[in-house]
Amino acid sequence: MFNTVFPYLLTGISVGGQYALIAIGYTMVYGILRLINFAHGDVFMVAGIVMVYLNASGMPLWLSILLTLLITVVIGFTIERVAYKPLRTAPRMSIMISAIGVSYTLQNLVLYITGGLNQFYPKIPFISDSVTIFGVSTKMVTVVTPILTVILVVALVLLINHTKIGMAMRAVSKDFETSQLMGIKINNVISTTFIIGSFLAAVGSMLYFTNYNTVVQTSGAMPGLKAFVAAVFGGIGSIPGAVVGAFVIGICENIIKGLDIILFKAGITTQNLGLATFSDAFTFALLIIILIVKPTGLFGEKTTDKV
Amino acid sequence: MSLLHIKDLKVSYGGIEALKGISLDVEKGQIVALIGANGAGKSTTLRAISGLIPKSQGTITYDGQVISGMSPQRIVSEGICMVPEGRRVFPNLTVLENLRIGAYLRKDDLQADLEHVYDLFPRLKERAWQLAGTLSGGEQQMLAVGRALMMRPKLLMMDEPSLGLAPLVIKDIFSIIETLHEEGITILLVEQNANAALRIADSAFVLETGNLTMSGPGKRLLDNPQVKEAYLGKSKPRNKKIG
Repeated sequence: MFNTVFPYLLTGISVGGQYALIAIGYTMVYGILRLINFAHGDVFMVAGIVMVYLNASGMPLWLSILLTLLITVVIGFTIERVAYKPLRTAPRMSIMISAIGVSYTLQNLVLYITGGLNQFYPKIPFISDSVTIFGVSTKMVTVVTPILTVILVVALVLLINHTKIGMAMRAVSKDFETSQLMGIKINNVISTTFIIGSFLAAVGSMLYFTNYNTVVQTSGAMPGLKAFVAAVFGGIGSIPGAVVGAFVIGICENIIKGLDIILFKAGITTQNLGLATFSDAFTFALLIIILIVKPTGLFGEKTTDKV
Repeated sequence: MSLLHIKDLKVSYGGIEALKGISLDVEKGQIVALIGANGAGKSTTLRAISGLIPKSQGTITYDGQVISGMSPQRIVSEGICMVPEGRRVFPNLTVLENLRIGAYLRKDDLQADLEHVYDLFPRLKERAWQLAGTLSGGEQQMLAVGRALMMRPKLLMMDEPSLGLAPLVIKDIFSIIETLHEEGITILLVEQNANAALRIADSAFVLETGNLTMSGPGKRLLDNPQVKEAYLGKSKPRNKKIG
């Protein structure tokens, strides 16, 4: 039993870590701006494309990695300044529509540049290597992802709880006006949030695309959506919630993908039921059930203010 | 020269004029009270001074420098701090963090200032590690005052500090205001509790629907028949709370 479940569990944990790195960007931006940043999944995809092109230019891999992180952060920062900041006092629906606009702009831009062809993601040494754990052969990235995710999340939580900018972020997330009376520059805090979110999405993209090998303009849509679901599932606005939600969704989704084989090998079924087809539907069914039972998500605070 | 000088200040919210051209002076070292009914424009005046809302006309001068048009951050750094209406402590931050965030713009050591705030409000020291959202209304008001003091204000603006508090706590708050006054902080106090405010004010202004209608030393307004009738209650001015 363990032997048949374990590979799916392992993949699930890894995918969960990748979702978590994206989900943090959704949840932090929501925590401060009460905005679902629909463009976040596309920032993740663009990070993948940037890496492909930088690597193709022939520069050393470590430099491509550093520049990808930097460029993604600049893109995230710029999106906020250009598309969201001018709408700070506008109704929330306007800024949401602006986010959808940014999402399609990024997708169209990448379509224009790549011609819609699959771009092969460069092999990153070590994390692209094969490894065998408990008899399961997989890529190193499967093992590295959850570890790296946990390290980054712990660092982020420390930043938020123990630094001056972290304190300002918590203050701004509760009360813009009073934060201004303290001398906090709201716009700087919001920019910091986008910078952190984009940085984590860029790290997530390296892990994710190493696993999936190719990038195309729509590559951000599904992981973006899953990460968003994870953030809502965990209680949007909560960082631990987003991380737990991402791991739960990653694991469940992959166990369902393997359910046919698991059930068959356990002797429960004698034929392939095709349950794997429903793995995405399952994610949303899970979300709906959780929201019926606990409308604010696993770790969500009570709030009267939702989009 | 006065510390704060407001000249012909007009402020509009979406076409409605909340302040219709007021002029007032706050002398250094004084307690100045701004009284008036709900919607008279008292809070609007404070919000305009702190830079949270733009003026449509007029000037605000502080310490010889025009501050109208400056950002709230800049105005705070000049030494004008506000204790906002409804306290507005950060509920998700601890008491100590709320005090630290009050000194957000300062880069020097805060220990002496923390001790000073704890001396004024020993309750805050006991509760330093508690989340501010779990404090009582009176404690939150003390925290809001302490938070403003952390910036070492020269001008402290207080918006309805007695609102919604028990009479005993109100007494505490007003005695703290007098203590701060003795320490040399200039105070601009907005209150619906006109009786208590006028009693401690060196000078006072009455706002009515966006216009200043009366001014004078606090004690004299306390005895003014019109003020008595409108804000203090006719028969028992000493005990009745307005609001």
